[in-house]
Amino acid sequence: MAERRKSAAARGKEPAAPAKTGDSGHFPADEPPERLLGYYADMVLIRKFELSADQMYKRAKIGGYCHLNLGEEATVVGLMDALQPSDYLFTNYRDHGYALMRGMTPGAVMAELFGKSTGVSKGRGGSMHMFDTATRMMGGYGIVGGQLPPATGAALALTYRSRPGPDAEVVMCQMGDGTTNIGAFHESLNLAAVWNLPIVYVIVNNRLGMGTTVEAAAGEPELYKRGCSYRIPGERVDGTDVVAVREGAGRALDRARLERKPALLEVMSYRLRGHSVVDPARYRSAADVETAQAADPLPLLRRRLLAAGLMDEARAQDIESEADKKVAAAVAFADSSPDPTPDQLFDYAYASPVANAAHALPGDPAVVIP
Amino acid sequence: MPVITYRQALNDALRAELTRDKSVILLGEEIGIFEGSYKITAGLLDEFGPERVLDTPIAEEGFVGAAIGAAMLGMRPVVEIMTLNFSLIAMDQIVNHAAKIYGMFGGQTPVPLVIRMPGGGGQQLAATHSQNLEVWFAHVPGLKVVAPATPADAKALLLAAIRDNDPVIFLENLSLYNTKGEVPDGDDVAEIGKAAVAREGTDLTVISYSRATTVALEVARQLAGEGISIEVVDLRSLRPLDRETVCASVRKTSRAVVLEDDWLSYGVGAEISATLMEGAFDYLDAPVRRVAAAEVPLPYAKPLERAALPDANDLIKVIRELLDATSFSPPAAGTAGTST
Repeated sequence: MAERRKSAAARGKEPAAPAKTGDSGHFPADEPPERLLGYYADMVLIRKFELSADQMYKRAKIGGYCHLNLGEEATVVGLMDALQPSDYLFTNYRDHGYALMRGMTPGAVMAELFGKSTGVSKGRGGSMHMFDTATRMMGGYGIVGGQLPPATGAALALTYRSRPGPDAEVVMCQMGDGTTNIGAFHESLNLAAVWNLPIVYVIVNNRLGMGTTVEAAAGEPELYKRGCSYRIPGERVDGTDVVAVREGAGRALDRARLERKPALLEVMSYRLRGHSVVDPARYRSAADVETAQAADPLPLLRRRLLAAGLMDEARAQDIESEADKKVAAAVAFADSSPDPTPDQLFDYAYASPVANAAHALPGDPAVVIP
Repeated sequence: MPVITYRQALNDALRAELTRDKSVILLGEEIGIFEGSYKITAGLLDEFGPERVLDTPIAEEGFVGAAIGAAMLGMRPVVEIMTLNFSLIAMDQIVNHAAKIYGMFGGQTPVPLVIRMPGGGGQQLAATHSQNLEVWFAHVPGLKVVAPATPADAKALLLAAIRDNDPVIFLENLSLYNTKGEVPDGDDVAEIGKAAVAREGTDLTVISYSRATTVALEVARQLAGEGISIEVVDLRSLRPLDRETVCASVRKTSRAVVLEDDWLSYGVGAEISATLMEGAFDYLDAPVRRVAAAEVPLPYAKPLERAALPDANDLIKVIRELLDATSFSPPAAGTAGTST
């Protein structure tokens, strides 16, 4: 992870108008080169990790549903760099990159995909359910919209233990574009508004909810405006530009941190592949695929760093082979990790022990005759 | 020992926990200024303030889910859902989230949450406001489900539920709120997952919970006068289910009737019957009988509502049928049954 950012307010920056998507061209003058290289390394790591997950899925090392962050690397890295370690994160099921950037090791994330006991959720959750108390990632959630009410309640809990200020803890709640049509989105934003909660709702708009376009699904397809009826300000940023994402997230987080008020951020992004690894995405037009590929944030950032003289080809290749090594090590770790065993099946059934808890396996009698 | 209502017992328990533990907060519709639709939270806003007693918008999915998230960060929220019927709007949060978060994330975060809600028919509230959906919750691993019948159990189980680190569904019943009973003053905390033998007897076991237990006890008192000794097992907890206490009673009495307020098919009685097939088959003198609600959307009109809901007469009829089928002859009248 690159060096943590200071709050935009602390650096005297004013909130910007909603950004348009596209290549923003040049970097801010005060942006430290090492931080930009760090972003590139982070994005490459996510890319290589996800490509590896895709392969491992096809080799049946990974089961279930598996949704990748391919194409969303700048979005993920920018959002996560805007967070402080003391902040809490809730995400949807497209969560591998967030887990990596929040500080979980690639090995433990890959082990979760492999269903191993060394996985971040001990192999209980799989691809959609990355969780880590230490890094305050409070879960990837598989039900669309399911994470919003709990994230909102987490922000409520924060109001009992910290005051607004530069060091205040806040919650970031990530979701996809399709989530803005579900009731939980509206109930959560309303609660956050009436209770003045320190939370930032982030809509990663990759333009497709599975195969349904935003325009076909949303009455207001400019999704950052959907907070209006709750008087929650929204901002749209270019999700292919890691710095723009970080700055936009920083402004939203400042509002939550300093004013204890909710904010909404829409990050315009692209999904390079199908909804999940098994989706060939035949519903996408050739033009749409071409647009998405042209907006691929990895070659964009690589070209910009080379053009700005901040990175030479050798350094780029070093970064890329370093990521390859990390991912290979993650796969090796996951592969060699132990499977959970059936005698652990009822571990974590309840947090408080309880009389007469059911521990019958299929075919076992519910009652043992004395 | 003081005699108080079921309503007061709940209010006392909430007050005690709000006083004892700063992380306890109450959330629900109209629980503050309005003091609760059924006045369970009367006086608590004045005493503890709006930071501890939170009036919510009409948004069950939102505020139940918010309580889950607050619990994940160490609060101990007690949610009131105005009636059990409205919990259906929050089912995704209850079943897909509250029940799953501890296990699915490998035991990393408990969800110490209580969801209180009254169910039950008989108030002419018609089909959508009169339901007993306990098995919807009792079916789900990860939840604990309790359904106290007496004021003493209401207090003791609510104290236990609030101190428990798992999501506890706390089922109340509209017709119980004004019932009275002795309730210990102090910190008498029940053990979740344990049934109680509410009345000892030798001839037949009635298994019940919540409101049905009060009916079963009344019937047992009445039949004792005829020399029939009824044992009443009050389940108290529907998940986990104390199968051993149920089976032990029926091994003794050899006859079993389940009295339940839910619908017959796939109901609590079905689970109890299957339990007895496994744990008391050789001891049974006759098949287990069930007395449950008629399987219709509950009508408004009083005669229809009355016909649909199980009552003492239904229970007595079935008990007599079961006793007749097993050639039961009572000893000298007036000697059977002891209340505990």
